[in-house]
Amino acid sequence: MIEIQDVYKTFNGVPVLKGLNLTIRDGETMVIIGRSGCGKSVLLKHMIGLLKPDAGRILVDGVDIAALGPRELMEIRKKFGMLFQGAALFDSMTVAENVGFALYEHTRMTDQEIRERVTLYLSMVGMEGIEDKKPAELSGGMRKRVGLARAIAIGPQIILYDEPTTGIDPIMGDIINDLILKMRDTLSVSGCAVTHDMTSAYKIADRIAMMYDGRIVQIGSPDEIKNSTNPIVRQFISGSSKGPIKILDD
Amino acid sequence: MQFFVQFWDKFCFWLWRLGGLSRMLAQALKYTVVNPPRRSTILKQMFEIGVMSLPVVLITGAFTGMVLAVQSYYQFHKITMDTAVGIIVGLSMTNELGPVLTAVMIAGRVGAAMAAELGTMKVTEQIDALHALGVDPVQYLIVPRFIASVALVPILTVFSIFVGIVGGYIIGVELKGINATFFLKNMLDYTRPADLFSGLIKTVVFAVIVCIVSCYEGFHAEGGAEGVGKATTEAVVSSAITILIADFFLSIVLL
Repeated sequence: MIEIQDVYKTFNGVPVLKGLNLTIRDGETMVIIGRSGCGKSVLLKHMIGLLKPDAGRILVDGVDIAALGPRELMEIRKKFGMLFQGAALFDSMTVAENVGFALYEHTRMTDQEIRERVTLYLSMVGMEGIEDKKPAELSGGMRKRVGLARAIAIGPQIILYDEPTTGIDPIMGDIINDLILKMRDTLSVSGCAVTHDMTSAYKIADRIAMMYDGRIVQIGSPDEIKNSTNPIVRQFISGSSKGPIKILDD
Repeated sequence: MQFFVQFWDKFCFWLWRLGGLSRMLAQALKYTVVNPPRRSTILKQMFEIGVMSLPVVLITGAFTGMVLAVQSYYQFHKITMDTAVGIIVGLSMTNELGPVLTAVMIAGRVGAAMAAELGTMKVTEQIDALHALGVDPVQYLIVPRFIASVALVPILTVFSIFVGIVGGYIIGVELKGINATFFLKNMLDYTRPADLFSGLIKTVVFAVIVCIVSCYEGFHAEGGAEGVGKATTEAVVSSAITILIADFFLSIVLL
């Protein structure tokens, strides 16, 4: 379980998180929605300790990761898998080396065992047979799927998805959505995705949290969000330029 | 007043950078001793830093030695001290020009490549991905480069010194007709092993400077392609300037 308690973060004098609170329960997939640049990815990076809050606590299974040293943080990160927005595959390595990276670094498996595991994870995301390709040879959707295979290879308890469907076509987006659901169901992992793609959010979320002005303004099931009476949520999900959401703050 | 505020801001930024560089160096040293990286990753960097830099280092060394011989010959010839050319070439190459010019060339070739590669990894979130996979990027990315640099820059410098002296010999003896025995005897009489030793100590320091400064700049690149370009430029310029400043102080200490 991840508990984010009263977290503040400022960049160059600009407050991004302003006392944000959020809880992600074991086994659920939480989707955080909000406008581009509202701080969703910043929040995600706080959960895995890539950023430290100026104030507040981030509890992962009861441990405040904001207070941990580098070594303890490295250990706790092994609980997480993360799919980055641009997949962030290591471009000097092959697909197989990318997917097997965590196994090479953290286990004593032989090369053959790792190769077999890599093939298994790639088949889980429908990408078998591309082990020896370089990331530069892959399309955006393929890179995301390989990124997902790399994220699950570490055997995580929680997978974080940063804009999983951004930059790919709707059909590939739906394939990614199905994979996220498959990960939850077959691996029994918790998930947290940040997105502004409402189709994706409704499909993969157990709960949706709307982020605005550095805080969570509403949390609820997809149906509750669809039927929300909160004017900020209504404006965002309807994609209207008129409403309480500040447009000229970019 | 405005001037002092700007000066103070720049001074604070400089101190902050110095702190960051020192911290990175301390981490690299710690991992080198406590938890060294795989041999394969070190060998890969050794190939990039050592083998791939060899042509540029040899060309630089050879032409430096030859220019040194030409220039010093014209001056010494006026006072009929032609055989002193060997001394100038030997001493300058071992003590000063060999180490400094090799380090500057390494900063230009290897330092720029390090900053560009790590900078690209930074702006494409690959360094964040390493963190997310429970791997310390300093240990995985910097330590192999650090070990390879410290091990191979001195060797490259020895090659540079050797071809510089050979170049000086060819110009002095073969082209200008200086007596070969006197050229070599004078050079060996005045160029002590301690000179070569102090030159090599300098190269170790220069290798550390190039590696840490370049990796630091790459790790702090921001803002896409433009940021990577800036980091690369900053890596080469900062490395070169720091090498020259360090050379001054090392010369005082080691001579």
